[in-house]
Amino acid sequence: MANSERDEATGMQTTGHEWDGLRELDTPLPRWWLIVFYTSIVAAVIYWVLMPAWPLMNGYTRGVLNWSDRRNVAAEVQALQSARAPMFARLAEASAEGIAADPELQQFAIAAGQSAFGDNCATCHGAGGGGAPGFPVLADNVWIWGGTLADIEQTIRVGVRSSHPEARFSQMPAFGRDGLLSPRQIGDTTEYVISISMARARLTPDRAAAARGGVIYQEQCASCHGGEGAGDRLIGAPSLNDDLWLYGGSRAEIRRQVEQGRGGVMPSWEARFDAGTLRSLAYYVHEMGGGEPDAAPAPLTPPQ
Amino acid sequence: MSKTTLIDTTRRDDLSIDASAVNSKEARALYKKRSPIHPKLAHGTFRNLKWAAMVVLLAIYYVTPWLRWDRGDGRPDQAVLIDFEGRRFYFFFIELWPQEVYFFAGLMILAAFGIFLSSALFGRVWCGYACPQTVWTDLYIHVERWIEGDRNERMRLEKTPMSASKAGKKLAKHTLWLLIAAATGGAWVFYFGDAPTLFSNIFTGQAGTPVYLFVGLLTFTTYILAGSMREQVCTYMCPWPRIQAAMIDKDALSVTYRVDRGEPRGPHKRGESWEGRGDCIDCRQCVAVCPQGIDIRDGDQLECINCALCVDACDEVMHKVGRPMGLIAYDSYANLERRKLGRGTSYRLLRPRTILYGTLMAAIAVLLAYGLATRSSFELNVIRDRSPPYVRLADGSVRNDYVFKVINMSALERRVSIEVSGLQGARLHATGIAGSGPVVTEARADGVTTLRLHVTVPPGIEAGTHALRFTARDLSLGDETGSASAFLAGANP
Ligand code: SF4
Ligand code: SF4
Repeated sequence: MANSERDEATGMQTTGHEWDGLRELDTPLPRWWLIVFYTSIVAAVIYWVLMPAWPLMNGYTRGVLNWSDRRNVAAEVQALQSARAPMFARLAEASAEGIAADPELQQFAIAAGQSAFGDNCATCHGAGGGGAPGFPVLADNVWIWGGTLADIEQTIRVGVRSSHPEARFSQMPAFGRDGLLSPRQIGDTTEYVISISMARARLTPDRAAAARGGVIYQEQCASCHGGEGAGDRLIGAPSLNDDLWLYGGSRAEIRRQVEQGRGGVMPSWEARFDAGTLRSLAYYVHEMGGGEPDAAPAPLTPPQ
Repeated sequence: MSKTTLIDTTRRDDLSIDASAVNSKEARALYKKRSPIHPKLAHGTFRNLKWAAMVVLLAIYYVTPWLRWDRGDGRPDQAVLIDFEGRRFYFFFIELWPQEVYFFAGLMILAAFGIFLSSALFGRVWCGYACPQTVWTDLYIHVERWIEGDRNERMRLEKTPMSASKAGKKLAKHTLWLLIAAATGGAWVFYFGDAPTLFSNIFTGQAGTPVYLFVGLLTFTTYILAGSMREQVCTYMCPWPRIQAAMIDKDALSVTYRVDRGEPRGPHKRGESWEGRGDCIDCRQCVAVCPQGIDIRDGDQLECINCALCVDACDEVMHKVGRPMGLIAYDSYANLERRKLGRGTSYRLLRPRTILYGTLMAAIAVLLAYGLATRSSFELNVIRDRSPPYVRLADGSVRNDYVFKVINMSALERRVSIEVSGLQGARLHATGIAGSGPVVTEARADGVTTLRLHVTVPPGIEAGTHALRFTARDLSLGDETGSASAFLAGANP
């Protein structure tokens, strides 16, 4: 090692190293800095003792405080659930009017419902109930199985074509696939369905075909969908007189539905949710905008 | 001292003091332990100013939370209250909501420019007189002086071995310091809750953990910062001395040793001529009073907080030796230069930067006052649902959904009607309600009422975005507020 020497300008010792003529001052670290540094080292050692720190072959040192974030979160979730329990209990007892009359309960119902909906329902029905082809829009005022709070809750509880014993069940025949109607008859029926729906304004049905289709409709379809296509919520027969189509509103899509008679499956949520959550979910869907009052359902027939 | 002392009194030793600037550049190595400073009590204009500032500022701090202000039933009657739980800030007749933080931002900017302006005019007056670190340190030094005596006695006490009387003095000092610290921490929490209630709760053990935590924290910091760290806070911890350099220019006044007048310095004998020498008699009184442990005669220094106590000390000396006052005084660098060139002293307070700071302050103050004066206590916020963007209904009409927040900042409940306008055929209604016309709701007092409503437009609306407007009207007072929003409709299926 080269010799340490005193630097003229600063009066400081050098480190004694020399690199291509450059020497380095051996300026001591500030006292406060050293204090902080040594304190940090001590603090780190204390931390190792108290908290989980070192990885071992299987597991890790747990520290004398036995701290566990996982356990803490579980405890917090538990505490939150028990804090919410009374509200859910009140909710399970309340009617749509009762909820609406109690701002606190209403806010709770919407928040809880929205959260449950986002985690469980939005995948198919879309965030906010916007729907998707084959998955009903929940925000509109068209209901296959009814739009009162009780109807909606029942649908959520038992599901549609689910394995629940009380499941809502309807089955439209596959008129084309099963050979019940000839392709030509199916074409005529499609024209008739268009002619009684509000889609007639944009799809212009063939008059002659629609007249022929009308006869087939009255024989094959009217018993469920109604003579004027108003549908029947008791048996889950969709209305045909509006311009909202579960499987698409083009001529080809309407025809395909007559051919195939498709129907989706919605699981029963009874096992998954308690009564309070079911009620909040139903209320949230009800309040999306199309919910109907419990007492007098709004008339289904749209103005012609 | 009298003339009968044995030393050569003509040398003016009666005025001299053995003081060294422990924090002068040479004396203060980075790795050195802090050398204690024992500032001597100064007498004079600036010491009196500091007394006054201390009394006023401490009084404001300790008394404010106890002021009452009647706001009516069920509302806090504390004049100044930061209510985190209720999310309000009360300041006498003003009540601010969280979304009005811009008033605080405005105040902060105002304060920032205020400190810029004061620095451009008079240097670090903030540091010297108003900074809490200065005020509390000053208070602690007075306690110390009261119990242990002035500089010389304190230094002597420091050197004597521990004895019962020394221990007693130390104990008394630290006890008093801790009491002041605890009172400081105590007063702090009173700003965040009802002071009388909190006061009794603290002593009966009923206050919450955060209260004790904050009292403890502020007790600790006050005791440490004002008791043992003192000038080190200014020198090492505070960013302001660094920013300072940018705020001060050649014309800014700051505490200055007038080298041109003082040098060459040296001891002066009574009756000796002042010809060919400076006015500084090197008595080191200015060093002895300095709470920062520096020698102002070394020039402008980072450590100097501009407390002007050395001005008082030197003025006293100048008075005794019969020379004009102001060897150390508020002066500017420009003046030092000017006098070097044989020109006189002049003060330039009006300079572009002081005018700019002043104008900006006035502008911000006017803006804040305008904002406060025209502040509405009634607001409507509308948030349009984006998912789904619009809903087509059975009859072909189109619906959009909106969340309304009716903000009622007044102390009375309002009966509010909400209407939609600006879009042909648009109908505002609640879920499941067919009615048209305004929706009437109760907006709770001093709070936000949230409701979700729908706007339905008859079939045939063109696809695209349409503008519309919501108006909320107080049915009894008649005042109105509104919010513009949009209505979205899509193409046919
Ligand atoms: S500046 Fe004034 S107080 Fe300081 S040593 Fe000189 S004469 Fe004494
Ligand atoms: S040098 Fe003078 S003004 Fe500066 S801190 Fe010391 S006493 Fe105060």
